[in-house]
Amino acid sequence: MDLFEYQGKQYFAQFGIPVSPGGEADTVDEAVAQAEAIGYPVVVKAQVRVGGRGKAGGIKLAENADEVRLHAGNILGMDIKGHTVRRVWIELSSDIAKEYYASFTLDRPNKLYLGMLSAEGGVEIEEVAATNPDAITMLSIDPTVGLDLETAKRWVAEANLDEEAREQAAALLVQLYTCYVEGDCDLAEINPLILTTDGVVRALDAKVTLDENASFRHPEWEAWAGTDTEDPREAMAKEKGLNYIGLEGSVGIIANGAGLAMSTLDVVNQVGGSAANFLDIGGGANADVMTAALEVINADPSVKSIFVNIFGGITRVDEVAKGVIEALKRVDIKSPIVLRLDGTNAVEGRALLKDHLSDRLVAEPTMLDAARRAVAFAAAIEGGKG
Amino acid sequence: MSIFVDENTKVIVQGLTGGQGRFHGVRNRDYGTKVVGGVSPNKAGTDFEGIPVFASVAHAVAETGATASFVVVPPAGAVGAILEAAEAGIEFIVCITEGIPAHDEAKCFNILKKNFPNARLLGPNCPGIISPGKCNIGITSGDIALAGGPVGIVSRSGTLTYQALHELSQQGVGQTTCVGIGGDPVPGTNFIDCLEAFEADPETKAVMMIGEIGGSEEERAAEYIKAKMTKPVVSYVAGVTAPPGRKMGHAGAIISGSQGTAQAKMEALEAAGVSVALNPTEAGEKMVAIVRNL
Repeated sequence: MDLFEYQGKQYFAQFGIPVSPGGEADTVDEAVAQAEAIGYPVVVKAQVRVGGRGKAGGIKLAENADEVRLHAGNILGMDIKGHTVRRVWIELSSDIAKEYYASFTLDRPNKLYLGMLSAEGGVEIEEVAATNPDAITMLSIDPTVGLDLETAKRWVAEANLDEEAREQAAALLVQLYTCYVEGDCDLAEINPLILTTDGVVRALDAKVTLDENASFRHPEWEAWAGTDTEDPREAMAKEKGLNYIGLEGSVGIIANGAGLAMSTLDVVNQVGGSAANFLDIGGGANADVMTAALEVINADPSVKSIFVNIFGGITRVDEVAKGVIEALKRVDIKSPIVLRLDGTNAVEGRALLKDHLSDRLVAEPTMLDAARRAVAFAAAIEGGKG
Repeated sequence: MSIFVDENTKVIVQGLTGGQGRFHGVRNRDYGTKVVGGVSPNKAGTDFEGIPVFASVAHAVAETGATASFVVVPPAGAVGAILEAAEAGIEFIVCITEGIPAHDEAKCFNILKKNFPNARLLGPNCPGIISPGKCNIGITSGDIALAGGPVGIVSRSGTLTYQALHELSQQGVGQTTCVGIGGDPVPGTNFIDCLEAFEADPETKAVMMIGEIGGSEEERAAEYIKAKMTKPVVSYVAGVTAPPGRKMGHAGAIISGSQGTAQAKMEALEAAGVSVALNPTEAGEKMVAIVRNL
């Protein structure tokens, strides 16, 4: 789960990481009220999970209530790279002397933690890594050892942070590391980490990705659960407990297993189509799960055909077939369905479906054949409308 | 021959008395695997369908001489179970548990590496390992595998592993061992571990490797293949059309920035002389053609 900046800062604050005083607002009036409480000047910041907010006009300085009103009015509802701004974060303006970069993430190849620190913050770190890799000082951390203050002090010196920032930065890095580990983050990133003109180090931005596998030990994440998806299809799928990701195409996908689901998107693409979604129904392809999956896909107006791709391992294909038949009784499906059912008990499953097949419910023997059929259905429907 | 397990491997099931443990533990035993015991602190002294239940892994090992363990416990207790197995001297630990926090996995991996260098962890979040006709630890359906070799399979995905087994078995091409390394960001066993073992196994004549987006294990495997592998490798990488920044079902299947794309992995494998297929069916066809020409 990717947090918004304001949520990330609230999370940082729980671990003692210094952030600017601020508050969130969903309306212009709320924005003004927050600014009045904080004191001027403030910065009005669009809350979207995408970079380049400043360039898009989503971050503005306001000296007084009228300016807050003006900027919040412009920013709320603004579209930034396809993301609609529904909330702004109002925070006390900082006088920036220097901008740094700090982050912790998993070093997958080495199975250790990777800390990255740079005296050149405020720009995309991938760009720095590409153009000036020496400007980033990497620190490899053994998860069984951790990061202590002494190591952090050596690290800030090595990264050439300004003398006056080092003491505070080292302490902040230990706090950020604690947030990363104990807070179960996949990524904890501050860009920029600033040194103010009066010598204070704090986080001016927050990019936090939480590891949803750890949600069982973080009841406090519940407060953010409703805000992590903007796609109504994904919100609906999440409510039904489905592993769904919305995409742009016209072929609705239902598959069992993450790998097979990914592969199904690829095959649809290879035969000239495009998938409307990723949906992994896992091992539980019974009538309830199949009904839920078909309901979500059926509600998507861009879906023109549906490709159900099941390979029975533990999941028995005859059970899947029963699930499909039962689901079709419960849901009025708008688009034609192409089934590819293979693996354990495939013969029995196909026999069960035989009497239910029609020009709107067809079965194909292989993944490729089924993909071609589903793509042809979608193309015919789209062409017919054009 | 097979890798990591064989017909003599004695297995205990940690979590035997839970729903999944009961189902898969008995299924593995019925396949012919030497399932010699289960571990469940509350049900020690009883048995489940003829499989004796012990209070601890140490006790089970002392009584049965088990060298492998099948861990089927929920995410919050999985790492504890893995470490208990390692402490009891188990050398091969298969963990199918999905949903273990990444930080727990990272700590677990490094504790094993430091304190139990002889223990191999397969998984977590994997389908397990099957050496057809000899041993099946995990959730793979035994009837889609075909004994006799000559193909070794290694895969990050469960269903694509089944798909690969199916494609080969249907054509009468058997497997020596099929290893699911799992879809999490910190796998205990990686592609290279399996490729090395297949390279050393005289009965394995060719290897099918199924990757997916996320991380750089496929790129590292490509380097290994180029430098060390003499046996032909066919590969398929899932997720060519996956959007960046989204976890595609598996915790480890995510493109981060420009890192971990299927395209980069396929290019690296191709450059290493691997025969790269665009879909699982094509991978099966390529492998069948290679085996027919052996």
